[in-house]
Amino acid sequence: MRISMDLELKDTPGQLMHVLTPISDLGGNITSVVHHHDKKTFRNTVPVSVILEIDEQTLGELQDGLEQNGVTIVRVGKMRLRATTHILLIGHIIHTDLRDTIDEIDATGFAEVQDLSLSMPAIDGPSSAVITIMATGDKELKTSIGILRQIAERKDLLIIEPLDERGSPGGTSNGE
Amino acid sequence: MGNSLSPLTLSIIGFGAIGQGVATIVQNVPQIKVVAIADSKGVALMPDLKDVLARKRGGQPIANSNLTALDVIRTIDHDVVVEVTPTNIHGGEPGLTHVREALKNKRNVVTSNKGPLVAAFDELTQLAYTNGVALRYEATVGGAMPIVNLIRDTLAGARVLDIRGVLNGTCNYILTRMAEEALDYDQVLSEAQDMGIAEADPTYDVTGIDTACKVVILANAFFGRSATFADVDVTGIDRITQDALQLARQRGFAVKLVGDVQELTVSPKLVPIGHPLNVSGTLNAASILTDTAGEITVAGKGAGSIETASAILSDILSVMRDRS
Repeated sequence: MRISMDLELKDTPGQLMHVLTPISDLGGNITSVVHHHDKKTFRNTVPVSVILEIDEQTLGELQDGLEQNGVTIVRVGKMRLRATTHILLIGHIIHTDLRDTIDEIDATGFAEVQDLSLSMPAIDGPSSAVITIMATGDKELKTSIGILRQIAERKDLLIIEPLDERGSPGGTSNGE
Repeated sequence: MGNSLSPLTLSIIGFGAIGQGVATIVQNVPQIKVVAIADSKGVALMPDLKDVLARKRGGQPIANSNLTALDVIRTIDHDVVVEVTPTNIHGGEPGLTHVREALKNKRNVVTSNKGPLVAAFDELTQLAYTNGVALRYEATVGGAMPIVNLIRDTLAGARVLDIRGVLNGTCNYILTRMAEEALDYDQVLSEAQDMGIAEADPTYDVTGIDTACKVVILANAFFGRSATFADVDVTGIDRITQDALQLARQRGFAVKLVGDVQELTVSPKLVPIGHPLNVSGTLNAASILTDTAGEITVAGKGAGSIETASAILSDILSVMRDRS
């Protein structure tokens, strides 16, 4: 899962290694590291924000590892998928490899297909599906809709998107 | 043009469902005098409206002269040309010539015909301006539902940021019936054709062409575009399955064919059930987003001869008001 961490490091060379090594050793995947040199604390430490992907079970071990290395952990946040939308697809959804369609969304790292209902009335007839996509934010959701739009065009599927909410393009419009 | 005390004189060019609707409702307006009616076969001069309507309904010819529609427009002195021939999106004829000649001859034009406006919006509005006459077209978008004059007159002080609408009653009827009765597209289409809601050749409605024409007219009228039909990205409703509509419904959505004027797109969209654009049956609806008035949504009957004629009469009365 995606984790955000606010840390504090001593202001001496080589400190960042104490953060990166335990993450790497536990199979974590770093998405972003921001070193706030300009916001040095009164304790003379440097705040660092890290966003990473790691198994939830390994998170405790990671925190232990960081503390053993003298890193101060200020905050740990599990990033939830906040934005959600539904998309309709009509066409030869199965024949054009449904798995692949879902994988392309899941591979983004910031959005995933949470639910899919499929209706196949006849072997040769077009199928219909409603896909629920969740993403970390509205921007990411909009990007993932864009990916789906390209997939639909490539596979000749009709895609029906939600009406954009005024002022929040991408549509977190949710009738539920 | 006559002075404000004399009746307003008008010609009706085109005598299909809408032309007959206009003739029917202007019978009750004493200040309006119809000087000529043209159908595809000929022209009735100084017609007795009741008689001409009866003849048309009985399948008899209405012509009582050797004039053509263009002769009427060019040579007979009158105030308003009501151009209600069928829409032709390929070049706009014969309506385009009718409208052009009327404006050149300094006659006001009121029309329900999208063809000329989609083909030559800038040219025609310029022609009206230089000749000092009005070109009014409320009936081209949304039938009886006020939108053009609503934005131009009532919302005059607000800046329009976007307009989105359900602008085709045939599509909306088909999608509503499919969703509510769990019927297949083909079956509902046949039913709509039986009821006269869909044409024998439904292409113009179901592939989104009609909605796209309305989007073009609104974009040119209110966003200063010089858009034509080719500029609109159009997806119709003819691939939509009733399964898809049921799946959408289970998640709280209806599917509507939505025209977006700012984006120049027409496509089916998921509309939350409680959203004001979720109108059912043959109704049309439009949401107008403005800077100062926020979002305003109107809904009304998008088709029908008397309903469309009501929008035309509103335009005729505006011309009459402006004249005095």
